[in-house]
Amino acid sequence: MLLSIRNLGKRYADHVALSDVNLEIPKGKIFGLLGPNGAGKTSLIRIITQITGPDSGEILFDGEPLRLAHADQIGYLPEERGLYKKMKVGEQLLYLAQLKGMPKDEAIAKLKEWFIRLDIKEWWNKPVDDLSKGMQQKTQFIATVVHEPKLLILDEPFSGFDPINANMLKDEILAIKARGTTVLFSTHRMESVEELCDEIALINHAQVVLSGNKDEVQNRYKKNQFSIRFEGELLSIPGIEIVSHESAGHAILRFSEGMGTNEAIALLIQHIRLLEFKEVIPSFNDIFIQVVSETN
Amino acid sequence: MNKILLVIQREYVTRVLKKSFWISSLLAPVLITAIYAIPIWLAMKDKEQKQIAIFDQSHLLKSADLQDKELVFTFTNVPEQVYKTQFAKSGYDAFVSIPVDVLANPKGVHIYSSKNIGLNLKESVERLIQNKVRQELMYKAGISAKVYEDTQVDIDSETITVSENGGETSSSSAGAMILAGIMGLILYVTLLLYGSQVMNGVIEEKSNRIIEVIISSVKPYQLMLGKIIGVGLVGLTQFLLWIVLTIGLTQVTGKIYASKAKATIAVDQGKASADMRNAMQDSPMGEVTKVLESTNIPLILVAFLFYFFVGYLLYSSLFAAIGSAVESATEAQQFTFIVMIPIIMSFLLAQYTMQDPDSTVAFWASMIPFTSPINMMVRLPYGVPVWELVLSMSLLVVGFLACSWISARIYRVGILMYGKKATWKELSKWLFYKG
Repeated sequence: MLLSIRNLGKRYADHVALSDVNLEIPKGKIFGLLGPNGAGKTSLIRIITQITGPDSGEILFDGEPLRLAHADQIGYLPEERGLYKKMKVGEQLLYLAQLKGMPKDEAIAKLKEWFIRLDIKEWWNKPVDDLSKGMQQKTQFIATVVHEPKLLILDEPFSGFDPINANMLKDEILAIKARGTTVLFSTHRMESVEELCDEIALINHAQVVLSGNKDEVQNRYKKNQFSIRFEGELLSIPGIEIVSHESAGHAILRFSEGMGTNEAIALLIQHIRLLEFKEVIPSFNDIFIQVVSETN
Repeated sequence: MNKILLVIQREYVTRVLKKSFWISSLLAPVLITAIYAIPIWLAMKDKEQKQIAIFDQSHLLKSADLQDKELVFTFTNVPEQVYKTQFAKSGYDAFVSIPVDVLANPKGVHIYSSKNIGLNLKESVERLIQNKVRQELMYKAGISAKVYEDTQVDIDSETITVSENGGETSSSSAGAMILAGIMGLILYVTLLLYGSQVMNGVIEEKSNRIIEVIISSVKPYQLMLGKIIGVGLVGLTQFLLWIVLTIGLTQVTGKIYASKAKATIAVDQGKASADMRNAMQDSPMGEVTKVLESTNIPLILVAFLFYFFVGYLLYSSLFAAIGSAVESATEAQQFTFIVMIPIIMSFLLAQYTMQDPDSTVAFWASMIPFTSPINMMVRLPYGVPVWELVLSMSLLVVGFLACSWISARIYRVGILMYGKKATWKELSKWLFYKG
């Protein structure tokens, strides 16, 4: 585990931000931190980045209790992010890299690699003021990853990105993961969760209400429903419930307890010509809405 | 490298590389030198001589009575009626007519000229005639010219400060006042100037939203301290530039004047250099020079830098706390007044301290950390016992530590607060938030 979060609690004057939060974030995986606005995601991230401290509980970073020196091994892209407007791009990135404990020469060399990689070589001496929003986002991303952190924390990384830059960002995140970096990724965009994450945790009202491997979670929320495409007339068959049959040749079915899929198919093909048979995997969007409304 | 050093370096370098920094660093010494040099230059300048024709019907004046650096008098017998018509051709700048009965009718003197004559010329002519007329009247009243001369005395006291062991130093209270006033004013302006620079820097980081990235690398107090020290070093750099450039420029102008004076000595028997010395002594800078001769300049300089830097640290930490609590400069105004009140207060108190540097009010004003930077610097040229200086400096350091502790606690909460209007109640709550 890269990060073990144990019994973490945090309260502000007027509300509880985190209550008895336990999470295990495995090394080298992309971990999705989900939850509605105000659930406590940012509070949790701020404790991991040591911007604030917890009231109770502890965090182990790579097996050791989290301490100040670990800040240099974490890269953090906050949801609300900005740059010094008057500084030049190269200067600014160098400053931010040095603040992460990189020696100057190494930082310059690494930054140059990134400038070539993202095809922004000519930006080094441009003031940030002259950059478009997309360019600033690239700059911020470099600042987050240049010191090659063990843990990369991205808070709503895709917000404000155009589709091209969003794609680039996705590729970079996957490339970074391939190098063994752990990514903690907070979002409420479920499609990016499905695309990127290996593990997820859902936080609502300061508590972890759901966590685990992405596939395992999806399996857990399966409702034993199957989607079929067919020719012929679908009549009611004992043991098979028609959940929806909105257009001709397409239906969603649920089989009664104990009925296997082979058995069901055998029953079905007596009546219809089956073209497609597929289990309905709940989307994270559905899971999210279901779990959040259950726990509210 | 230590992270605070990195922050200091960024704050310092970005500011020192700005054009405005160099403009203000160069402009101030030029202005100071000008204030010092222009009166001397005016005094040394070769005056243009004015030609004046004089028609003295009273026959009172002799050419010996009409000696003046700028005026050359020529006696003429042309009556004024005639002269008026020929004036343009005559080549004289002015024509003075003195009536026969000038002793009884001193208002009968007329000065004619083609252009409006300067006030200086009018006064010079009047003074020469007036002296002669007074002398003549006194002579008639039985007072000899010798007695008249002897009564023309000037009183100019020399003030002397006596130290405990009886040593004497000549001092100038007027000069001390000017020096005190200048230092008080500079402190007043710079405390406000650099303090609000810190505040704006904090607001910039917060409204830019870069703050969260930075404090995931450094602790908030490191960032705050780094910013304050960085901006403070910019201030010190500016002072050093001001001092070095001012000394350099005044030395150079002094040398130029000295060589000029030497050149005129040959012709004018040292009159010019005496003029220069007089001009220097009469000008306000001359008074200050006198004080500088009688006071401990290194002490004043060190004390000044100390009071600037520590006073600045104290105020700017408060400015930083305010900057952290708000999201824009306009929103900051409701809080800045509370920090500006003590600065303005100390400047007002300084006016009083200058009048009476040893009063109880002046003593306390130079002890209390908020008012002490300006008021102690104002008292210093008049002489302050060592224990008072040490106590005042120690209290200021303690004051700074207390203020920065309070400020750091507000700052660490404030920089992450968005969309919540800060109130005094809110700020006081932040003080007691846990890490």
